[in-house]
Amino acid sequence: MANDPIIRIEGIERKYVMGDDIEVMALDGVDIDIHQGEYVAIMGPSGSGKSTMLNLLGCLDRPTSGSYWLGGEDVAQMDDDSLSDVRGRRIGFIFQSYNLIAQLTVLENIQVPLFYQGKSMTESYDRCVELAQLVGLGERLTHRPNQLSGGQQQRVAIARSLVNDPLMILADEPTGNLDSKTGLEVLDLIDDLNDDGKTIVLVTHDNYVAERAHRVIHMKDGHVDREEIKRRTGEERQKVYKRR
Amino acid sequence: MLGIIFGVCSVIAMLAIGEGASYEAQERIKALGSNNIIVRSVKPPDEAREQNNSGGRSRGIRYGLTYDDTARIYSTIPGVERVLPMRLIRERIRFFEIELPCQVIGTLSFYPEIVSIDLVKGRFLSHMDEVYKQNVCVLTTSLAQRLFPYHDPLEQTIKIAGVYYRVVGLVREINTPNERPQSGESEGETLENNVYLPLATCKARFGETLIKRTGNQVNSETVQLHEIRVQMKDHSFVESADPQVRTMLSRFHKDVDYEITVPLQLLRQAEATKRMFNIVLGSIAAISLIVGGIGIMNIMLANVTERTREIGVRRALGGKKRDIITQFLVETVVLSVGGGLVGVVVGVITPILVTSTTGMNTIITWWSVALAFSISGAIGVVFGIYPANAAASLDPIEALRHE
Repeated sequence: MANDPIIRIEGIERKYVMGDDIEVMALDGVDIDIHQGEYVAIMGPSGSGKSTMLNLLGCLDRPTSGSYWLGGEDVAQMDDDSLSDVRGRRIGFIFQSYNLIAQLTVLENIQVPLFYQGKSMTESYDRCVELAQLVGLGERLTHRPNQLSGGQQQRVAIARSLVNDPLMILADEPTGNLDSKTGLEVLDLIDDLNDDGKTIVLVTHDNYVAERAHRVIHMKDGHVDREEIKRRTGEERQKVYKRR
Repeated sequence: MLGIIFGVCSVIAMLAIGEGASYEAQERIKALGSNNIIVRSVKPPDEAREQNNSGGRSRGIRYGLTYDDTARIYSTIPGVERVLPMRLIRERIRFFEIELPCQVIGTLSFYPEIVSIDLVKGRFLSHMDEVYKQNVCVLTTSLAQRLFPYHDPLEQTIKIAGVYYRVVGLVREINTPNERPQSGESEGETLENNVYLPLATCKARFGETLIKRTGNQVNSETVQLHEIRVQMKDHSFVESADPQVRTMLSRFHKDVDYEITVPLQLLRQAEATKRMFNIVLGSIAAISLIVGGIGIMNIMLANVTERTREIGVRRALGGKKRDIITQFLVETVVLSVGGGLVGVVVGVITPILVTSTTGMNTIITWWSVALAFSISGAIGVVFGIYPANAAASLDPIEALRHE
């Protein structure tokens, strides 16, 4: 793991003003450092601010104060176009409900982030096929989402999240809509990604899911309540889980 | 989208029908000669009434244009190239057992240079025919076909009102549209049954007085010339000549027993009418296109709402606002241009159908097709901006939560 954190959040606050001067502090002074190759889980009850944290980490939202250094860039106060660019280059999303685009094929879905980076399908073809094969969908390149099972759709989403070689993969409850068996397969896949060096940040309320992470950040009432160090290395993980 | 189809189709079809109609009208007017002024004798209404109300008593009236008028026009109006006098008489023409109604036209030898007719065979009337009051005649081809089904008309002798005339030539009028259905009209009234005689011959054989008997009443009309066609040297003289002719005639005629037609004015009126027509059509089409555009806008707005989640996903994956705008704008333009294409097809077929069923001439102008098509594209852009903007303005977080 590199020495400098690739993600550094300092004093982040997110304030909402609900008419008539009522202020809600969704995030009330949060500091987090994440290093390259880490696997971090963020947990917390509803109202804890974990969703807000997720949106901020994903550059979908801006903090009202504080700084957010992502890969050396301060993205906290960037304008809309710049943030969109950062999302496209640096972040890979995995959503609870997959969020594939229904009119596109598997291959085209994987290509979307590259499309918004200005690459054509011809340029992206090889990489998209490679990633599809990586997640085990090499035989279904021309299928549409409605022809795939939930687990398969999530795999496509995972491939999509890798296509632009992001700094971090941000997963929001990735197994939430899957049965337990399929969920395990997806978590195994994410483990493999982390083994290959990918930084994973995962938001969940499920302990079994959080078990897979190196580090669990528990949130409460808009700040970090406590941190749990689960394990240090991939070898440790092997000992905890007997799989396949 | 129906609005677009209808708008595009109507632009093309109605302009085609309008162009066709005005083209025909203009051709007919042009055939009268845009350098010409046509003066016709008209029975003065007072006289006509007096004749009808005379209660059994016989009356004779004299009216209309005179040979003096011809001379005066030629000598006093500036810019006159030639003046052509004409006498028109309804008669019956006979060749052996075939007798047909016809229109006798007594005129001078330069008639074909002022009225558009083609010489088909033989020759037209000559100056010598006029000087010597020859009993010669020229027939139109349609009359000749019916009078001489088995013979060559040339050098044959026909009889009109007891006098024999030798046929010296055949002509065809070129201003009448050929395919015109003639239902309901009696034969003698088509323009094609003319017999041309030298003016002097006509005057000598028929006199100038027409006698009509109705019951016990005997009414007579004396008319020297039924029509005078004035050919001006140039368009520019026509404008000034019209009032001058009017003034001159009014000084020498007691009643208004004439009417003046200026084809150039008619032409200008026809063009002005056409322009008005086009403006009206254009407005109708524009309204319908706007309605179509609004329809498309509503469709796209609903589309945006349905795809809110998708928009959120695209934004999350790196799509900028302008990417979203481009995407939806393109989709809207595709929709509107699609409608435009259908409209072009329908708009081109419709005039063709109209021509084949009604015989009316229609002209499909390429510029109307190009105009209508590009407008359909423009409508897509204009009415697509609002929905595209709405899509791009969605908050990605809210959009992802949607549905």
